[in-house]
Amino acid sequence: MDAILFLIFAAVAVICGLNLVLQTHPISSALSLVGVMGSLAALYLLLGGEFIAAAQLIVYAGAIMVLFIFVIMLLNAGSEHRVQKGPWVKFFAIPLLVAFLGLLAYVVETVVAPGEGVRFGGFTQGSALDIGKKLFTVYMLPFEVTSVLILIAILGAIVLARKELD
Amino acid sequence: MQLWLIPVLPLAGFALNGLFGRRLSKNAVSAIACGSVLLSFLWVLKTVLALQDPYSEHYFTWIQSGPLNISIDFAVDRLTAVMLMIVTGVGFLIHVYAVGYMAHEGGYYRFFAYMNLFMFFMLVLVLAANFLLLFVGWEGVGLCSYLLIGFYFLEKFATDAGNKAFIVNRIGDFGFSLAVFQIAKNFGSLDFGTVFSKVKDMPVEASAGTFTLISLLLLVGATGKSAQIPLYVWLPDAMAGPTPVSALIHAATMVTAGVYMIARSSPIFLHSTDALDIVAIVGLTTAFMAATIGLAQNDIKKVFAYSTVSQLGYMFVGVGTGAFSAGIFHLMTHAFFKALLFLGAGSVIHALSGEQDLRNMGGLRKYTPITFWTLMCAGVAIAGVPPFSGFHSKDAILVAAYQHAPWMYWVGVFTAGMTAFYVFRALFLCFFGEYRGHHHPHESPFVMWGPLVVLAGLSLAGGYINVPKFLAPMFPLAEESGNEWLMYVSVAVGLGGIALAYLFYVAVPSLPDTVANGLRWLYTPIYNKYFVDEFYNATVVRPAVDGSRTLLWRAVDVGVIDGAVNGIGKDARIIGGILKLAQSGFIRNYAAWVVAGSILVIVMMGMMGGAR
Amino acid sequence: MLPQSVPLSWYLALSAILFSLGVAGFLYRRNVITVFMSIELMLNAVNLSFVAFSYKLKQNDGHIFSFFVMVVAAAEAAVGLAIILTVFKNRQTLEIDELSSLKN
Repeated sequence: MDAILFLIFAAVAVICGLNLVLQTHPISSALSLVGVMGSLAALYLLLGGEFIAAAQLIVYAGAIMVLFIFVIMLLNAGSEHRVQKGPWVKFFAIPLLVAFLGLLAYVVETVVAPGEGVRFGGFTQGSALDIGKKLFTVYMLPFEVTSVLILIAILGAIVLARKELD
Repeated sequence: MQLWLIPVLPLAGFALNGLFGRRLSKNAVSAIACGSVLLSFLWVLKTVLALQDPYSEHYFTWIQSGPLNISIDFAVDRLTAVMLMIVTGVGFLIHVYAVGYMAHEGGYYRFFAYMNLFMFFMLVLVLAANFLLLFVGWEGVGLCSYLLIGFYFLEKFATDAGNKAFIVNRIGDFGFSLAVFQIAKNFGSLDFGTVFSKVKDMPVEASAGTFTLISLLLLVGATGKSAQIPLYVWLPDAMAGPTPVSALIHAATMVTAGVYMIARSSPIFLHSTDALDIVAIVGLTTAFMAATIGLAQNDIKKVFAYSTVSQLGYMFVGVGTGAFSAGIFHLMTHAFFKALLFLGAGSVIHALSGEQDLRNMGGLRKYTPITFWTLMCAGVAIAGVPPFSGFHSKDAILVAAYQHAPWMYWVGVFTAGMTAFYVFRALFLCFFGEYRGHHHPHESPFVMWGPLVVLAGLSLAGGYINVPKFLAPMFPLAEESGNEWLMYVSVAVGLGGIALAYLFYVAVPSLPDTVANGLRWLYTPIYNKYFVDEFYNATVVRPAVDGSRTLLWRAVDVGVIDGAVNGIGKDARIIGGILKLAQSGFIRNYAAWVVAGSILVIVMMGMMGGAR
Repeated sequence: MLPQSVPLSWYLALSAILFSLGVAGFLYRRNVITVFMSIELMLNAVNLSFVAFSYKLKQNDGHIFSFFVMVVAAAEAAVGLAIILTVFKNRQTLEIDELSSLKN
């Protein structure tokens, strides 16, 4: 049962990822990204990360992607045109990618010791209570720092995107 | 006995005047300068009166390199005692004189600072107990000579003269350095005591060998410092400095350093008869040639400058014929009357507000009586008229010359005649006849004529300071030969020179021009100093300057060195230009580089054993 | 048949594939917003691998890392989009190749 669920959601994720890369219009890419995030949330649930799954849906799919779509609509970005002349990266992109992928696969295969595998319910510390306990005791400092970071990001975004007063 | 006080007192004067002189009053500056020299002189007196022979003080080890051990030692023996008295005593009188002479000049404190520095180096030279320390003083006095000759540094001829003095001295110093190397190589030490005791045990050389080589190299150094042929050309030009400088450095002390050095190295010279002959011949030739040039000069200081060269030649004859004590004796009396001549000339120049040409002087007897009488004392002393000092010392040298080789005596006597002639020519032109100039002559202040009187007394009576007897333990006296007639001939020639000068310049004033026109073939070379300066200029100076300009400057400095440095800059720019191509500005290119880099990192981590 | 429990390496392989897709999108696409979305895809892939490893090690620190990654991604998205807006205002273009004034 777990394997089937995994395969379904993994397939959804990969297809949406491909879609993101291959589509021309940015809106289509954005919606594909939403699909990826949703399937990843399901996978997190399989891995026992309930809090993370919820955060993924709320923060990523719910806020960040909405932001993206707003910006795309604001800029009225159209489909991409055919490439006239581009940088040399086109010739190197595919070999690089193949090499990269192969390397990662090799690393994954050799490094990770075959263990017991993932079962739904095999990990119980992913609840909000447990995460919260860790977050507010051991990781207090990064927590505070990231809150300052968000504050700075808000300020930066406001400053950058405001209209100049004439 | 704290010998170090003797040079350090003037050094302290130099430091005080040099650092703070700008803010001190003139009185303070002169008090520091003269006071330091006076204190040094008093300490010298104390040292000499309590003299133990020999006596040395060791301060610290300077160089310790393998078998060579050179330390800072001062030593006093009889020779050093004589030199110390001369340097500090005459030096003090000249310092006092300079207070008056330089009163209206700019750079007052700088002058006295340099003078004190000179005293320091000269005293180090005299007190040194090894060749290297002597060389330190040797170089130091050369430096101070340069600084003081070029004192009026805004005048080009003064700075040129300073350069000339220093550069010509350097050539001599090169010879001296080679001699020092040879001594170190052959005797393993530079200490006087060690070297001379080793030398005394060795046989006299019959033909040219190590001793001849060392002696000749030392002679080269001495000719540079003591202005003998061929390195005398700097001394007449050095008259561009203030007159007290000419008196102190180029009459009484620095130029005698060469003679002192030869006397100090007498054991080495005595082991090489060829070298001694050469020393005497060099001295004699120089004495003769300089005297001939002095006959025709019109600048009063130049006359006395050539006179200095000539008298130094006499000293070299003295030491070259083995009569070291006679040479040193003449060194002392010469210090008295030559310093007096220069200071008196300075007094005349001061009286005439800067006039130095003899043709514009005359009849100054009535305006500057003290200067006149003191200079007359100096004149009779240098002419060798008994019983004054010059007679005793010059006679000693001429007797030694006769015993060495009679022809030397006759040349020396003829030169003595010329000496008397040209010195009195200068004095008659200056003090007799009618005043030919346009200034208002006035007598000098006490601070200037006081030292003149003291020096006049020393010039008259100094002959009775029996230096040869004092130095007898070091330099054995020669046997009395019983040739009394030698003395009479030299005195007669001296008086004859004076009489001839009287004839030419007082009795029949038109005679000089007649003679000069008649003997024009002889007069022109003499007047032009035998064109030696022009010769040197053409053969040595111009090739060196042109060679430096074309070869060393253009080819090496601009071409090779600048080319290399600029070439590196150019190469850096080229490499930068190549590396610049990676900055394409395209973000995707950068991303591709990132991916490539990360692949590389993962591969390297894998090759190095994974992420353990 | 299918294994009873999913091996961990499958999760990691999925993460690798998603990451490579993100890199491909980054290198291949010309619209700057799409490039940005590829970056977000890469971040998500990394999140997945964090959580997978946290399962294996039986600790929830990986979840917390993942949480912080999300926070930072959010902040980055906000600022980055603001920058894109500004650039669009100045250059009137969203082509990434035309933003090359740092050339040479």
